[in-house]
Amino acid sequence: MSLFIDYTLNGIANGMIYATLALALVLIYRATKIINFAQGAAGMLTTFIAFSLLSRGLGYWWAFVLVLVIGFAMGAATERILIRPLHGRSELNPVIVTIGLLVVFEGLAGAIYGNASRGFPAAFSQAGLRVGNTTVAFSHFDVFILIAVLALMAGTLVLFRYTALGLRMRATAFSREIARLLGVRVGILLSLGWGLAGIAGSLAGLLVAPTRSFGPYYMDLILVYGFTAAVIGGLESPVGALVGGLIAGLCISYVGGYLGSGLEPLGALALLMVALMARPEGIFSRPPARRV
Amino acid sequence: MRSRTARRIGAGLWARALVAGSLGLVLGVTLLPATADAASTPGVTSSSITIGATVPLTGPAAPGYDEIAPAMNAVFSYVNAHGGVYGRKINYQYLDDGYNPANTATLTRKLVLQNNIFADVGSLGTPTQSAVQGFLNAQKVPQLFIESGCNCWSNPKYPQSYGWQPPYTVDGKILGAYIKANFAGKKIGYLSQADEFGQDVVKGLDMQIPKASVVSRQTYDAATLAGPLSNQMAALKAAGAQVVVLATIPAATALAMLPAAVIGYFPQYVVDSVGADSPTVGPLLSSFAQKGGGTPAQVAAASGLLNGVITTAYFAPESDTANPWVQAEKNILQQYAPSLYAKSGLDGNTQYGVALAYTFVQALQKAGKNLTRQSLLNAINTSGRKFVTPGFVPLAYSSSVHFGFLGEEVVKLQSSAPPAVTPTGSWIGGVAVGPVQVTNAGPGPIKKYTGPTSVPPKNLSSSSSG
Amino acid sequence: MDAATIVRSVRLPRQPLLRHLPVALVAGAVLYVVTLRLSSYNVYQVGEIAAYIVALVGLSLLTGANGQISLGHGAFMAVGAYTMALLMNHTQSNFILELAAAAGVAAAAGLVLGLPATRLKGPYLAGMTLLFALAVPSVADKWPATFGGDQGLTTTVPTAPGSLSAEEWLTQIQIAVALVVMVLVANLLWSRFGRAFRAVRDDEIAASLAGIHVARTKVMAFAISAGCAGLGGALLSLSTGVVNTGEFPLTLSIQLLAAMVLGGTGTLIGMVWGGILLVYMPQWSTSLSSDFNLGAGANAYLATIIFGLVLIVAMIAAPNGIQGGLRWLWGHRPRPGGGGTAVPVPAPTVD
Repeated sequence: MSLFIDYTLNGIANGMIYATLALALVLIYRATKIINFAQGAAGMLTTFIAFSLLSRGLGYWWAFVLVLVIGFAMGAATERILIRPLHGRSELNPVIVTIGLLVVFEGLAGAIYGNASRGFPAAFSQAGLRVGNTTVAFSHFDVFILIAVLALMAGTLVLFRYTALGLRMRATAFSREIARLLGVRVGILLSLGWGLAGIAGSLAGLLVAPTRSFGPYYMDLILVYGFTAAVIGGLESPVGALVGGLIAGLCISYVGGYLGSGLEPLGALALLMVALMARPEGIFSRPPARRV
Repeated sequence: MRSRTARRIGAGLWARALVAGSLGLVLGVTLLPATADAASTPGVTSSSITIGATVPLTGPAAPGYDEIAPAMNAVFSYVNAHGGVYGRKINYQYLDDGYNPANTATLTRKLVLQNNIFADVGSLGTPTQSAVQGFLNAQKVPQLFIESGCNCWSNPKYPQSYGWQPPYTVDGKILGAYIKANFAGKKIGYLSQADEFGQDVVKGLDMQIPKASVVSRQTYDAATLAGPLSNQMAALKAAGAQVVVLATIPAATALAMLPAAVIGYFPQYVVDSVGADSPTVGPLLSSFAQKGGGTPAQVAAASGLLNGVITTAYFAPESDTANPWVQAEKNILQQYAPSLYAKSGLDGNTQYGVALAYTFVQALQKAGKNLTRQSLLNAINTSGRKFVTPGFVPLAYSSSVHFGFLGEEVVKLQSSAPPAVTPTGSWIGGVAVGPVQVTNAGPGPIKKYTGPTSVPPKNLSSSSSG
Repeated sequence: MDAATIVRSVRLPRQPLLRHLPVALVAGAVLYVVTLRLSSYNVYQVGEIAAYIVALVGLSLLTGANGQISLGHGAFMAVGAYTMALLMNHTQSNFILELAAAAGVAAAAGLVLGLPATRLKGPYLAGMTLLFALAVPSVADKWPATFGGDQGLTTTVPTAPGSLSAEEWLTQIQIAVALVVMVLVANLLWSRFGRAFRAVRDDEIAASLAGIHVARTKVMAFAISAGCAGLGGALLSLSTGVVNTGEFPLTLSIQLLAAMVLGGTGTLIGMVWGGILLVYMPQWSTSLSSDFNLGAGANAYLATIIFGLVLIVAMIAAPNGIQGGLRWLWGHRPRPGGGGTAVPVPAPTVD
């Protein structure tokens, strides 16, 4: 029984991480209907920047905030320079461009920082919480991750549902021409969407790094499972990203624990297929109406 | 008047014929034919020896292992600066295969068929080198000192292939014997990599440790190593394992110890030498040390997690600064690979590279002035056991045995031992807790080794001025 | 009548097969001559290119003609490679049968994945295929006794006839298979099946109103493209000599997609450019980066940076790929509504 609890807590901890990246993917998809395959690698690069800042003696929280800002700038710049010219053409082109960006980021990190093993500090203690007289498989840092993800999700929801800015962003995503005709500053909003996603990606990178071996590739599998989580929850739904992340994290943890770690990808695939067979647009997305 | 359709088809015909023809032309022109080497021994001229290797310089498998080839090159630079071997300078071409056997197959063929290497020396990986073992042997290119502990390198079907490091089963047997002797009655758990490396270590362990003592066998998959091995460690804790054997790469060692520390589980760790080098694993554990913000203060807590770890060593570790081999290795790296030394210092990987390269240099020296591939292999087979190496035991090469080191000693990492100092920090060192032992990669007995160790010669290329 | 008029009056038959066959035969003859003149390493590389072309042609059919994005074709290559390797190691079958089985089993896997895929759109399908690419090799890792573990399964090329070297014979086999597959797929794309593929890609509802069975069409496209990928994987494993899960990482599927798009989505000749890119790009970028002399490790990463930059720049500058650019040069401006190569932009959906 205690093993089940451990697996569950591990699943939740991992699931929160997948949810962070899923939120970033959802933000970009809502803004521009594109999957940003470079999101994980961008988070990795900004975390390396944080690492440089920390080794030069900057305080942890200063580096944290600074790197979130850098992530915003990187996201907005990517949209403006690389993605904007591709609008209106084939759906595949942004996929290849973001993949190219992923490769460039990993190459940059590898070229500048090299392959050497290194650790990255956590914001809070990584010792497990004490419940009664047992130590649980959930640390103070995991609690911080949970709170950060919930805050991010809540912020995204509020933005899209209750603010005028969010409404304008949704209008831009729906149809740029109509939004422009209505006086919406389309270009700025597109960059803003990607910038916000950049913040989420940087946050993901910072939250993940302490518990992984910190190198140029550490976000790769997080991106894959984060993408899975976003797809399960629905690419347009922040709540879906969180729920999808939880479901994915738990499923992978149970499959890995009870059936063996080698079967985790297969378990994730089975979960995805089941979820998509039931709801092809994700759990929380509303199926679109189509003009015939 | 020709119909529009016919005109379009006609245009299409010309277009397609043009494309097909230019295709052939493009292929013929861009693929510059390589010059066939008419020399009797490929890769050997009167002034140079060209050797090659495929190693992971990028990709998730690269951390740590990318230091080995540059460290080897430092030795070759040293030798070249002192006149080379019989006047021939060593040209080492190592290419990045990213640990993908398909890349290894292509790059090895490039090295052999286009670059005309004399031998493949110090290539890394079991799946990668297995992919080219058949090709290299068929082409009669020596596949020397493969950086992998697979039992498959000493195989009469593949006479060109040689291992160098102790086979993983030897690690498992010697560690298993130590556990049987010192932790009798305790519950043992395994966490091994789910491939040949982990399986071979477990094979060796099982030859020594009674099955009934092993309460849990956990595995992890290196290819999908996404995060902490929390589930595996939770399962080991739930099974009550008091001694946990880790057959893990350095990243996985950290990813096992960290979540165990989170749940307050501190078993006696026994770690295979592949994943126990403290300057490599230490930084990965350092994140556990930090609470809250502030500058990293890594040593205490990271060393705390590694304190008491049992592992093995087959040459003097970097922390043994009084050892003449350690001093020689440091000198060579400082002088001939200064940027590598500034980044990584003397750690397990750079030591490995220096030692392996020096083994190859001696093979070249013994092969004589009239250097051919066969003379090189003969030199290893007949004189290999007399080579001077940092190892605690001599190399075991003969015409029937293509394993290098078959002996090691058990080491305990202790905070009281002199630390290993590298540019990244000061990492816990170890002391020997048992004698040097030799065994084979099969079910043979373990025997103590009481012979001498060798000392590095003053001038490492003493007999090469020819 | 002068020579020009005679030449211009030569009409190829209307039937696609008879039109494509002469082209393939000419290409085959040219390549046969070329391979005999090349050094062994270059012959080997030409063979690799041919193997990749087979896989890319299938992907081009799926994405270009039928509009389904797949990030998992590396997994189908793995299925084909392992099928052939298992047959080679455990049975004494005929080589052609083994190749056919590789294609067949991969096509069956494509059928299995294609069925749920019919309900999925764009990024959702991409997500599922991405996870498929991750999951399939892990299955082989789970049962190392059957699938060869670290040492993998060896593949053997049938003995070369006469005085041909083993590399030349293998490359000629690979080129022959590539030409056959290209002719077959070209015919398929010109047939009513091809029209059905394109109709489903352009507008599913209109296609179903016109009587096309949408789901069946999509599954068929998936299965055929998976079969091509399996065949390509089997051919490639003959080059490598060993089948091992390390040969099919996620990056392989990504590289296939990138090569297809750079070559020209939906085209077939474009896949030749894609294959050449896949085989030569690593070499070019490595030799280019070594000019910077940063040390082996940084150079290796610089090579990947160059590759990534090429992807980005090519997509922005030449979104229709190399073949698209060549066609534009030759004067084939894209016609509205027919035979297009682009994957359609999704229409805005009501939220």
